Amino acid sequence: MKRAGFSTKWMPILLLLPQLVIIAVFFYWPAAHAIHSSFFLQDPFGFGSTYVGIDNYTDLLGSSEYRRVARFTVVFTVLVTFFSLALALLLAVKADNVLRGARTYRTLLMWVYAVAPPVAGFIGLIMFDQSWGPLTRFAGYLGWDFVLGVNFNDTATAMVIVSVWKQIPVNFIFFLSGLQSIPRAVREAALIDNRSATGRFWDVTFPLLAPTGFFLLIINITYALFDTFGIIDTLVKGEPGNNPMTLVYKVYVDGFRGNDMGGSSAQSVILMVLVLALTVFQFRMIDRRIHYT
Amino acid sequence: MKRITFTTAATLAFVANAAFAETEITWWHAMGGALGDTVNQIASDFNASQDEYKITPVFKGTYEETLTAGIAAFRAGEQPNVMQVFDAGAATVIGAKGATIPVQDLLADNGVDFDINDYIAGVRYFYADSDGKMIGMPFNSSTPIMYYNIQALEKAGVTAPKTWEEFQTVTAPALKEAGYTALSQSHLPWIFTENFHSRHNLPFATNNNGYDSVDTQILVNNDAIKAHFTAVTDWQKNGHFEWFGTGWGDNQTPFEEGKVAMWLGSSGSFGGLSKKDLPFDFSATMLPYWETVTTEPTQTFIGGASLFAMAGHDAEENKATAAFFDFLTSAEVQYFWHKETGYVPITEAAYEMAKADGHYDRAPAAEVGIQQLSLPAGDNTKGYRMGFYVQIRDVMNREYGRILTGETSVEDAFKAIESEANALLARFAKTQG
Repeated sequence: MKRAGFSTKWMPILLLLPQLVIIAVFFYWPAAHAIHSSFFLQDPFGFGSTYVGIDNYTDLLGSSEYRRVARFTVVFTVLVTFFSLALALLLAVKADNVLRGARTYRTLLMWVYAVAPPVAGFIGLIMFDQSWGPLTRFAGYLGWDFVLGVNFNDTATAMVIVSVWKQIPVNFIFFLSGLQSIPRAVREAALIDNRSATGRFWDVTFPLLAPTGFFLLIINITYALFDTFGIIDTLVKGEPGNNPMTLVYKVYVDGFRGNDMGGSSAQSVILMVLVLALTVFQFRMIDRRIHYT
Repeated sequence: MKRITFTTAATLAFVANAAFAETEITWWHAMGGALGDTVNQIASDFNASQDEYKITPVFKGTYEETLTAGIAAFRAGEQPNVMQVFDAGAATVIGAKGATIPVQDLLADNGVDFDINDYIAGVRYFYADSDGKMIGMPFNSSTPIMYYNIQALEKAGVTAPKTWEEFQTVTAPALKEAGYTALSQSHLPWIFTENFHSRHNLPFATNNNGYDSVDTQILVNNDAIKAHFTAVTDWQKNGHFEWFGTGWGDNQTPFEEGKVAMWLGSSGSFGGLSKKDLPFDFSATMLPYWETVTTEPTQTFIGGASLFAMAGHDAEENKATAAFFDFLTSAEVQYFWHKETGYVPITEAAYEMAKADGHYDRAPAAEVGIQQLSLPAGDNTKGYRMGFYVQIRDVMNREYGRILTGETSVEDAFKAIESEANALLARFAKTQG
C-alpha cells in the first residue's frame, strides 16, 4: 500500500495551524482566563481586583446553597439521561417494527429536534400554566396540585419532562439507525434460538446497540448538564427564587446577573474539571468494554 | 455647466458638513414593548427639538442584561454615553469610581441649572452619594402601591385598608366571604422588605443604609419584619393571601383575572393596567403599614431605574448628554412620560403640570405613587446602597419562596438571608479594596 506522506514536518503543522489557533483563542485562552480570575475578587467595571487565593473555592464548597444546586444537578442529569435514552430506545424499537407508514411515523418523531431550547421551555410554560395549562389540569385529575414556579418539586418535574421531550428525537434517530444496521442474518439466527421477543432484545439487539448507546450516554449527560440552560431559564422566567437550578445556570445567575466575576469563574473552573473527568472516564473506563463491529 | 456642478458640490459639502456637526450619542436601556415605544418617542422628540445633537436609544434586554452589556462594553472601551441602571445595580455602578460622571457635575459643568430640591422628595437621594450629590439621573421611577378591584371591595362592603391590622381583621375576611383572595403581591424583596423598612422608618443596613461605606451589614433580621412575614403566612393559611411565584407577572395576572381583589405592585404598572381591558374598575391606594410598629408611617422610596452618564467620552459628547438630561427632566417630557407609562414624574414642576392639566381628576390612581413619595421622610427613607445586591435579592426570593411553600420557618429564613447577605457584602467590600 502506498503511504501518503509529507516531505517536511512543517507542512502538517502549517495545515493544522488554523484549527490550533481557533482552539487556542476560543477555548484555551478563555479557560486560562477563568482559572486566573477565579483567584481574584474583581470590581465588575475592572477598576480593582483583590487576590483572595482559593477563597472563592472554599466559599463555594462551604455554601449549603451550592451543595444543594450540585445535588439537584446530579439528580436532574440522571433523570434526564435515563428517561430520554429509555423512551427513545422504546420508540426506536417500535418504529423499527413498523412496516406501514414507517416514514411518516419517523418524521413525526423527529420533528421536535428542530425546536430550540427556549422555545421548548416556552411550550412547557404553556403546558404547565398554573391556571389553564393542559398538563396542570391533567395532574389535577390525578389529584396532584401542580404549581409550576411555586413548588420546588413541581418545577423540577416540569424541567425534566421538557428536557426529556426535547432530547428524545436525537436519541431516536441514532437508535433507529443503530437498529437498522444490525445484520439481517443475526436477527434471523436469534429468531430460531429464542422465541421470546424480550429475550432476543436483551441478548442480541441490546449488546449490538452498545456502541450507539454509549455514545448517546455521553451526549445526553452533556446535554443535561449544559444544554438545558435555555429550558431552565424560560421555565423559571429568569428569576429562580426557590425553584431548582443546575450548576451551569448558577454560573449565569452569579456571573451575568450578579456581576460576581470571581465567584462565577470559580464555578466555571469546577465545571471544567467535571467535564475533564467525564472525558477521561469515557475513554479510559467504558470505551474498552464496548465492542465495535 | 461648470457653474451648476460647483453649486451642487457646494450644496453637498454644506449638507455633509451640517450632518457632520451633529454630535451623536447613544443610550442603552431596558425598556421593552410599549415602554420602549415611549422611550423612542422621547428620543426622537429630543432630536427634533434641536439640530446640534442626535441621541440613539438601543434596547438591550432586561435590566440585568443591560447592566452586564454596559459593563462589558466599558471594559472594552465601547461604552454608550447614557446607560440605564436599575435600583439593585446602583451600588455596582456607583461603587466603580470613574465609571460614570456624577450627573450633578455633568449638568453643572455644561451650564445646565441643577437644584436637587426641584426633584420629588422620595426621588432625590436614591441615586445620590452619602453627601447628597446626585450621581445617577432618576428616570423611570416608581414606588410600590396597592391596587384594588373596586367592584370586589364594594361587594364585600369594605374600603381599601390603611393598616395591616385593618387588613387582617376587617378587609381580608370580608373579601374572602365575598369569594375573593384578598391579596397577592409582586416582588417580595422590593415591597415587603426594602420598602417595608422605609414605610416604617426602620434601618435596613448599617452605615446609614450602606450609603456611607462599603463595609456594611444588613439589618434585615429584625422583629418587625419577622412578625410581618409570620402574619403573611397566617394570611396564606386563612386564604387571605396567595403567592403565585417569583415572577412579576405570576402575581399580577390573578388580580387582572379578578380572582385576587388587591395587588401590591408598582406605581409604574398603572399605564399597562389602564390599557388592558380589565373586567372591573380598579383604583389604588398607599401601601398599608403596621400600627404596632409605627403610628407615623413615612414615605417609601423609588424603584425602577436611573440613567448614568458613562465616563470616557469627549467634552462635546458629554455636552450632548447634559443637553439630553436637561430635555428629559423638563416638565413637559416628564409629564408625557408619567401619563404614558405611570412612572412618577420626577420633578415638582412636572407634578404641578399634571395636576393643573387635570390628569389626577381623570385618574386618581395615577397620583398615589407620587403622594406616597412625598410623605414625611425619616432617617431611613432615602433608599439603600448595597453591593452584590442582585444576588442578595436572589437569596431573599429563594428564602421567601421557601417560607411560603412551608419548606422553612420565618426564623430560619431570616437567619439565612442575614448570613448570606453579609457574606456577599463582605465579598463586595473586597472588590472595592
